Amino acid sequence: MRLDQTVHDADVIVCCGPGGVGKTTTAAVIGLHAARRGRRVVVVTIDPARRLADALGLTSGLTGEPQQVERGRTGDGELWAMMLDTPAMFERVVRANATDQEQADRIVQNRFYRNISSALSGTQEYMASEALHELHGDDRFDLVVVDTPPSRNALDFLEAPGVLTRFLDHKVFKLMMLPTRTGLKVFSIATQPVLKAIGRVVGSDVLIDAVAFFQAFAGMDVGFRDRAEAVTQLLRADSTRFLIVAAPQREVIDECAWFADQLTEQGFEVSATVVNRLHPRFGDGTVTDAEQRATAADERGDHDLAAIWSNLATERRLAEVQRAALAPLVARTVDALVEVPLLPDDVHDVEALDVLATHLFA
Amino acid sequence: MPPENQSSNQSPLTELAASHLVIVAGKGGVGKTTVTAVLARAAADAGRRVLVIELDGKHALVELLPGLDVRHISAASSLEEYLLEHGFKRIAKRLASTGVIDVVGTAAPGIDDLVVLGKIKQLERSGEWDLIVVDGPAAGHAITFLTSAAGLLDAVGGGPVHDQARDVVAMLSDPRRCRVVLVTLPETTPVNELIETADTIVDRVGVELGPVVVDLVYTSAPLPDPAGVSFGRAKMQVDDARAAAEFRRARRAVQDQELARLAGALPLRQVHVRALPTAGLTADDIALLAAELAGSRDA
Repeated sequence: MRLDQTVHDADVIVCCGPGGVGKTTTAAVIGLHAARRGRRVVVVTIDPARRLADALGLTSGLTGEPQQVERGRTGDGELWAMMLDTPAMFERVVRANATDQEQADRIVQNRFYRNISSALSGTQEYMASEALHELHGDDRFDLVVVDTPPSRNALDFLEAPGVLTRFLDHKVFKLMMLPTRTGLKVFSIATQPVLKAIGRVVGSDVLIDAVAFFQAFAGMDVGFRDRAEAVTQLLRADSTRFLIVAAPQREVIDECAWFADQLTEQGFEVSATVVNRLHPRFGDGTVTDAEQRATAADERGDHDLAAIWSNLATERRLAEVQRAALAPLVARTVDALVEVPLLPDDVHDVEALDVLATHLFA
Repeated sequence: MPPENQSSNQSPLTELAASHLVIVAGKGGVGKTTVTAVLARAAADAGRRVLVIELDGKHALVELLPGLDVRHISAASSLEEYLLEHGFKRIAKRLASTGVIDVVGTAAPGIDDLVVLGKIKQLERSGEWDLIVVDGPAAGHAITFLTSAAGLLDAVGGGPVHDQARDVVAMLSDPRRCRVVLVTLPETTPVNELIETADTIVDRVGVELGPVVVDLVYTSAPLPDPAGVSFGRAKMQVDDARAAAEFRRARRAVQDQELARLAGALPLRQVHVRALPTAGLTADDIALLAAELAGSRDA
């Protein structure tokens, strides 16, 4: 009930959790369901998610631009899907903030800029948050579902809008910004003691690229700061909801529980916790009961039957230990803990997504 | 089930631990840490001097490997150490605050990974250990991590970074010194990702791949079809038992199909780590799986 309500009320749904728990699939199932409820949804995935694109019928794969999913078209509802293209998104943000095309060109052609747009830690999260902001302002959509990058620290996403500005505030880079203030040339700046030392480590070409980047960037940082502020506010808006996606392994659960605490501490509300691939329960009998039947069958010499009962015992044990391991998440979940069972088959078509939807929105 | 093209006279443990340094790699959630722990435990129990290395942000192995030497290496501490050792005392001090890695790492991408590999190389050269097992970086980071040295070798003309990159490339490309062990699960997406990663590592890194380790494999005898089994007079829970058997048979079919597909796509030996009915492994579980690895002739 509660997750259904979230899909109805939210403008933005952020799916967070460690890598390998099925965030992308969960985001797609939510998108499909929301479209069927009449919403115009765009799902943004971080990974190429080839198989998911196939399941959605996007034969040429996901691209950096939203594509409409025919299978998601129902009544007024629409489903769109796209993949985050980090460098392309970064370039869009630069162009949107540059005073003219010449400044934008100078920046995107700079080697140091290219390093930042692909290698600076947190850039992917940063661009995911930018994409979220851009799509939120796009009239074609009334719900954005975003799958967050599999970072070691899920909180990176919340801090992402400030990544570049915090980087620009670093004292070493402040030093590189000096030329615009004092009229010094790139080369004379590069001879300052600290920078010279950095140059000796990384090479002077690299350093000169960096200084040239900061010169080109001058004046744009205000725009970037304003934009970061707007994205932060969107993340904090009431209509933005956070879902934690987990899997039934102890280390995943510990990480998710820690993340739930961090979110709460920072004033965010977790709308629901989804536990994917939970081992199904087979009846309400006990492990011992099934084991006893297995032993009895074995004693009669019926080894096939014994194997069947013994398997029931094993499957039940796994279902039990996994549910017991969920305790830290149950304790932190005020609203909905949604259990999605491990299916007999891998998820590779839209029918399987439908099966997941019946569990997610049971 | 040893696929024919992957037979070997060596035991799986011998082949997994055939180089001084083993970097365990794979996508998030496939069991890199489990495989690192099982391999380290098995080698240590076989009398080898083993060092285990965890990279940034992980601290799970100390608990799983009581009595073993487990070290934590971060890019920040490696860079600082590197600068101090190479006569950059002033800059090391100056940069020894938050953001040091961002600053230098962004100016020269890969330098943060290179200093970590450089530190690992130093440990490998020290001769103190017979085997060093690295619980590799998560997700797609493994490729950038491993290509950092070759990339910097091209980008930086000379100086300390160039020397370091050259030494690291020499280590990575020598199969007696270093191999990468890829980990996956017997499921569609992890197998697809592993095949892609393997191709990229061979093409772009030039490092030798060791056996592929498949984690969470169900190894018990295949179940009979419950439709052909008589439950006698039993009524209670018969449906549950049938449903559980059908579920396991279906998962098993996926597993067999994916293992066969993996064998067909990659000419590498497969080593299987058994799925235990637990939600999280303990040090005892690791010891059990390590004993199984040491005792097995083949996967």
